[in-house]
Amino acid sequence: MRLRSKCKNLEELGQSQPGQTPLSSLKPGERGVVVGPSGGRGLMCRMVSLGFTSGVEVTVVQNFGRGPMIVTVRDTQIALGRGEALKVLVEAL
Amino acid sequence: MSKEKVTCTIALAGQPNVGKSTVFNMLTGLNQHVGNWPGKTVEQKTGLYMHDGQVIRLVDLPGTYSLTANSEEERIARDFLLRERPDVVVVIVNAAALERNLYLVAELLSMPVRVVVGVNMMDVAGQAGIHVETHVLQAALGVPVVPLVASRKQGVSELIDAALRLVKNPDDFAPNRPGIHAEHRPVLAEICSLLSGKIPLYPEDWTAIKLLEGDVEITEMVRGSAPEDWERIHALLKQHEDAYLDVAGGRYEWIGRMVRAAIIKPKPGAISLTDRLDKIATHPFWGLVLLLGIFGLVFWLTYTAAMPVVSWLDTKVISSIAESVRQVLAPAPAWLTSLLVDGLIGGAGTVLTFVPILVVFFAVLGLLEDVGYLARSAYVMDRFMHWMGLHGRSFLPLCIGFGCNVPAVMGARIVEERRARLLTILLAPLVPCSARIAVIAFLAPAFFGKNAALVTWGLVVGNLVLLLLVGMAINRGVFRGARSAFIMEMPLYHLPNARTIGLYVWYKTGAFIKKAGGIILLASAIVWLLAYLPGGEIEGSLLARFGRWLEPAGRWLGLGDWRLMVALLSSFVAKENTIATLGVLYGSEANLGLAEQVARTLTPAAALAFLVVQMTFIPCAATVAVIKQETASWKWTAFSVGLLLVISFGAAVIVYQLARVLGWGV
Repeated sequence: MRLRSKCKNLEELGQSQPGQTPLSSLKPGERGVVVGPSGGRGLMCRMVSLGFTSGVEVTVVQNFGRGPMIVTVRDTQIALGRGEALKVLVEAL
Repeated sequence: MSKEKVTCTIALAGQPNVGKSTVFNMLTGLNQHVGNWPGKTVEQKTGLYMHDGQVIRLVDLPGTYSLTANSEEERIARDFLLRERPDVVVVIVNAAALERNLYLVAELLSMPVRVVVGVNMMDVAGQAGIHVETHVLQAALGVPVVPLVASRKQGVSELIDAALRLVKNPDDFAPNRPGIHAEHRPVLAEICSLLSGKIPLYPEDWTAIKLLEGDVEITEMVRGSAPEDWERIHALLKQHEDAYLDVAGGRYEWIGRMVRAAIIKPKPGAISLTDRLDKIATHPFWGLVLLLGIFGLVFWLTYTAAMPVVSWLDTKVISSIAESVRQVLAPAPAWLTSLLVDGLIGGAGTVLTFVPILVVFFAVLGLLEDVGYLARSAYVMDRFMHWMGLHGRSFLPLCIGFGCNVPAVMGARIVEERRARLLTILLAPLVPCSARIAVIAFLAPAFFGKNAALVTWGLVVGNLVLLLLVGMAINRGVFRGARSAFIMEMPLYHLPNARTIGLYVWYKTGAFIKKAGGIILLASAIVWLLAYLPGGEIEGSLLARFGRWLEPAGRWLGLGDWRLMVALLSSFVAKENTIATLGVLYGSEANLGLAEQVARTLTPAAALAFLVVQMTFIPCAATVAVIKQETASWKWTAFSVGLLLVISFGAAVIVYQLARVLGWGV
């Protein structure tokens, strides 16, 4: 429920297109393609240098619905805070 | 090996978790100089390496993911490259995450430096089914590429050979440099022409790309260096605000072309050892159980392995040295003997007794880090640290604080973000260290008899609750509730390297002795002086006068006896000094232990208040010294001391007044 309401908030802000969803809403084992990071510039620069660029495929390794999550991007496992994962929009595969 | 004979300088660059320090340690061993980068709190390691009669200076750059000024480390690394112009930059990359690692290489290749790439962890990658054809990568990049297994010394000497060949023939360097998207090329060219001749230290095309990337430091630099053109440049940048994503995307596209033929990946779906271990290590519940188990083990190790050494040093080594000095100095004036024995040897003893605890602690920390576990513990604790606006990484230094606050403050370096690092440093002294717990354990039985264990437990728990509340208050009040982003690589697990851990312990412990040692010694001498002057008797000394002056304040918490205030003040040198000072001030009375003597003069409410104020009092001199060193700010150091002064007296007054209401005041 909490996740869905957060997705809705993003849609209200006009940051999300149909078919796009925050990375934080994918379940373990699910994959997505990053369509656009949408956070502040400083955060995005860090995410980009760790491999989160448009078009890259991301696989969720661990996501318990709250707290931080782990994803695989460009052969590397990255731990992301919930807030950060919410700012990465993906198209689920 | 003297510095004058240095023939060339090689900078070692790389992202975190690539085994860069293993390579550095392999080459330099004990020929390292560990200090700080000038004016920064980032560690700087340089070392010398002999190769075919040449003396090579190696500079270990901070591990960074990119060279955009997101962090102090990134600024330091690129300032070094631009200002010092090393002869060659050796970049270490991890074969198991080659594409992401080549991002740093892509950034370096657009700078005016010559690059050699070492592809490390070929074995770890091979176990994960990843194979890198280094000669194919070398042909694509146009720079020397050397395969490495640094933990088994394979390829390191070939890597240096390749670097030295480049030093000898600098014109051989013809790399394939990453370009920029076609749509941004005209604006890049225009900015370059506007910058022409105005920024002597920086290459124009590199600066233009950094401007497009929105690099804060470079933007400021250009604004200052080319004020007349700034308006035009600023307008161009405004039009191409989204270019920074394209610049980064372009680098990854270039990397994709470079590695296409050079890398063989495993079939998707293969489950690695790391995946299997992480099923437990990063699980919200089992991960926590494992973490508590590991840190329980660290405490147990510290007490079983380090404590016997500590007490042996204390009772055998220090006291026998003190005794022989006393005998040798028998004909000398009494004040000199007292200064040397009570002041300096006592102070040195305090420093020395820290060392075994730190050795055990750094060894375990180094092992956990080398194996790859530390990142997992930070991940597991992330949820809880959020309450204070911190994230997982801050948990590690705070946990260390139970042993000693000094390495806890120094350990805050692993928190990258400045604000979170500062908050971690401010909170570290609120973790009850082993010396404080020892004082409580000594006094509580005499004060509270059968309830001593309960009181001690309550004090420790209360102290940790206080830490949480203070953390939340500072985060909201001083830092306005800001929260730092948690993004952290989870490295693959791998076997630890004894040499890496050994050198880590050696240099970390050395740093403690050098930095904190002198301070404790100086503070010991000063306190000795205050307790000796003017008459040579502590009862009439300056310290006692100061204690008497504080008596009215002490009454607020039931401590109207100057001796208690002086004992508290002396804990500034080292926390366990409280006991020693009480011993001197209360003198010895037959058939009665020191703690019982003190207990007789106090009501239960006052006794409780004394334990509370002792537990949370200002940090010891060594901790204050490292707080100054790590924050590089007198203001924050004073804030920390002032804060703890207010907290300790505030908490003690509240506890005392509450206890009186409960009828414990008689």
